[in-house]
Amino acid sequence: MTLRVDDLRVSYGDRTVAHLPHLCLEPGQVIGIAGESGSGKSQTALALMGLTHYAGGKVTGSASLAGIDLTSISQREWRQVRGRRIAMIMQSPRSALNPTLRLGTLFSRTLKLHGVARSQHQGLMEKALDEVLLEPQILNRYPHQVSGGQAQRFAIALVAALQVEVLIADEPTSALDVTVQAEVIEVLQGLRRRHNTSLLFISHDLALISELADEAIVMRDGTVVEQGKVGQILADPASDYTRALIDAVPRIGAGNRE
Amino acid sequence: MSDLLLVKGLRLAFGQTEVVKDVDLRVAAGPFGLGVIGESGSGKTTLARALVRLHPVLAGSVVFDGTDVQRASGKALLKYRRDAQLVFQDGDGALDPRMSVLASVSEPFAIHGTIPRAKRRAQVAALLDEVGLPADVIDRYPHQLSGGQRQRVVIARALALEPRMLVLDEPTSALDVTVQERVLQLIERLREQRGLAYVLISHNLAVVDRLCEQSVVLYRGEVMERGRTRDLLERPVHPYTQALRAAVPELGVTRPPIARRAANVHSTLNGCPYFDRCSLAVDQCQTKPTLRSVAGREVACHRAEEALASH
Amino acid sequence: MALIVLAAILAPWLSPYPGDAANAVHPEAALLSPSGAHWFGTDQVGRDIFTRVLFGARVSLGIVVLVLAAASVVGLAIGLAAGFLGGWVDTILMRITDVFLAFPALLLAVALSSVLSPSALHAALAIAFTWWPWYARLARAQAISIRREGYSDAARVLGASRTRQLVRHVLPNASTAVAVQMSLDAAGIILTAATMSYLGLGAQDPVPEWGLMVAQGQPLSTTAWWVITFPGLAIMVTAVASNFIGDGLQGALDPKRGNR
Repeated sequence: MTLRVDDLRVSYGDRTVAHLPHLCLEPGQVIGIAGESGSGKSQTALALMGLTHYAGGKVTGSASLAGIDLTSISQREWRQVRGRRIAMIMQSPRSALNPTLRLGTLFSRTLKLHGVARSQHQGLMEKALDEVLLEPQILNRYPHQVSGGQAQRFAIALVAALQVEVLIADEPTSALDVTVQAEVIEVLQGLRRRHNTSLLFISHDLALISELADEAIVMRDGTVVEQGKVGQILADPASDYTRALIDAVPRIGAGNRE
Repeated sequence: MSDLLLVKGLRLAFGQTEVVKDVDLRVAAGPFGLGVIGESGSGKTTLARALVRLHPVLAGSVVFDGTDVQRASGKALLKYRRDAQLVFQDGDGALDPRMSVLASVSEPFAIHGTIPRAKRRAQVAALLDEVGLPADVIDRYPHQLSGGQRQRVVIARALALEPRMLVLDEPTSALDVTVQERVLQLIERLREQRGLAYVLISHNLAVVDRLCEQSVVLYRGEVMERGRTRDLLERPVHPYTQALRAAVPELGVTRPPIARRAANVHSTLNGCPYFDRCSLAVDQCQTKPTLRSVAGREVACHRAEEALASH
Repeated sequence: MALIVLAAILAPWLSPYPGDAANAVHPEAALLSPSGAHWFGTDQVGRDIFTRVLFGARVSLGIVVLVLAAASVVGLAIGLAAGFLGGWVDTILMRITDVFLAFPALLLAVALSSVLSPSALHAALAIAFTWWPWYARLARAQAISIRREGYSDAARVLGASRTRQLVRHVLPNASTAVAVQMSLDAAGIILTAATMSYLGLGAQDPVPEWGLMVAQGQPLSTTAWWVITFPGLAIMVTAVASNFIGDGLQGALDPKRGNR
């Protein structure tokens, strides 16, 4: 299903912290949102997950997925949508996992919550773990016994098992080591390939976005400064800020020391 | 070139675990940068702390300008405290929340009595200016500054005693990319203007590439490869260095999938630390490789030639 | 709370019968119910209860200040030494602290003050004696966490002496938590002091101590309700007010929130 956003505005009191005029995320498409801290990129993600009011904010405008307007449905209706049609993974996946439960129990409960018959659990879990390159033994571990990269891949396995349509990934790799980061990116690519999942990939790293995404949105101070095809933006950035972000991407061999 | 800092056979423990094993480092007199490349668990932060004597040494020596740092006491230690400074990863925790910028940056003057009280404010102002901070931050408190500003304050404080060497522990990894760029420029400028030597500890190859002529790659506390930074990054030999190099995202480039290890090779305790993740591992790798000279640098890998050929 | 402190300071001027704070006896005016002349009524020997409640604020606050000062100074000194120095110093100091904590505080205070002659001052000292271990524990925990902060490392790398680290970094940062705890404890101290006077171990007649007044009025509670009600209310109001101060202080002392 296509996620369509129109004039989405997130505000706290009188202050608008994020404004996204337009977004159209097709199935299997990846759109990257680039920006630094305070740019409003994470606020946009929270709004699309229906979580803004928990932080005391307000959302106006519309965001529709499969005929459901995400900005106006009740929390009760959200339960049918969140984790089912649209899901989110965050920077520190371990803190999002209940520390008292084994990953297997956690996985099983999540499947049960979304109405998957118990007889199917084992098969679904193993298949999903295989997709994210994790061994099934990890189901016997507790969250603190796995690495950050493993936890992030486990979170993606949940998304795969539930056949989520839209995944919002908010800085999913910035807390990880570079070699581990590469694995998570690869797993995200696989998710898109196999399940046609749409991905909204939020990152401060334009290089990562350029690798994963078809389209990119550059945000600064709550507003969109540039939006379009990734290739186009990289080749010919319209705003100075985008250019600064591009220039800030570290390059190896550019001006190295002798 | 004479060595400013010479580290030999350094072994460090964190709790009961040995996190740095038999590491040698050389830092030439400034301007000079040595990069220590490592990911989490590589022991790099413990190493950084040991270099400024914040962490006890299990074995080995740290010699700075002819002084054995571990044994130094009294005047010799105070001199080392002036000559070598640490810049932390997290500029937030590195500043006392109850102290103004003025108080924090002038603390080194107070400790060493180098600048009389009346002249400290002017000195601090000059330092803030040198690191590119506006004059009005001098009376602010850490929570009133941005992350980039805090990191500059930390650098200003480290420079106050005119050190000859800085240990930079992930100095930019907590910062936004555009801010990171400005801090890197600052370090480059200080290096040239002050003739600074530094040990830069980072997982970010591009940062090391830009600031350091020599580099060491650490994995689980052991040196995998060392040599000229350019050689290491343009033509990495050790499979781990190759993996690190391949993991760096570049604009508009889609990386090839990661090579995976053959499933029939089993983990080992006394062998190569990279054994578990290495796609080239063979039985021979169950004995520990020692550093040897390959393609103009030192590599700890039995299969360095094969690795070089496969790259 | 400010009102209570003000009342304590201004008691001699606010009170219509300042002499009643002490040893005055007016048998002809005993046990008068509240009226325009005696707002809170009079007690069994004819003293104005309003006056005695006002002066009682002085006694209670005096005890609180004394206990807090003594307990926090001792607690901070021992806790910071233990947390900052670590090692065997820490072990010994904390064992001693644990021994104190193993006794119920009130019991220890009661035991102690029964050895001394009963008076408000001795009651305060006895309470302080049981109170400091809490501050010691808190200060130690603070000192340990501050020692691990980046700014403590920075001070060490800059060559700061131990004394300097302790005075410039550990003490100011640890004091915040202790100060907040102190203000939250004020209520407990007032109650403990009142309990001890009530048991006859604290202030003695004619000192206008609230707990003592309640104790003395207790046999009359069915016939002259005002004798115990007003001092009782005073205890409650002061306890609640000092809790509010604690909450407020917590906000004000947090450097991230204070606008300095």
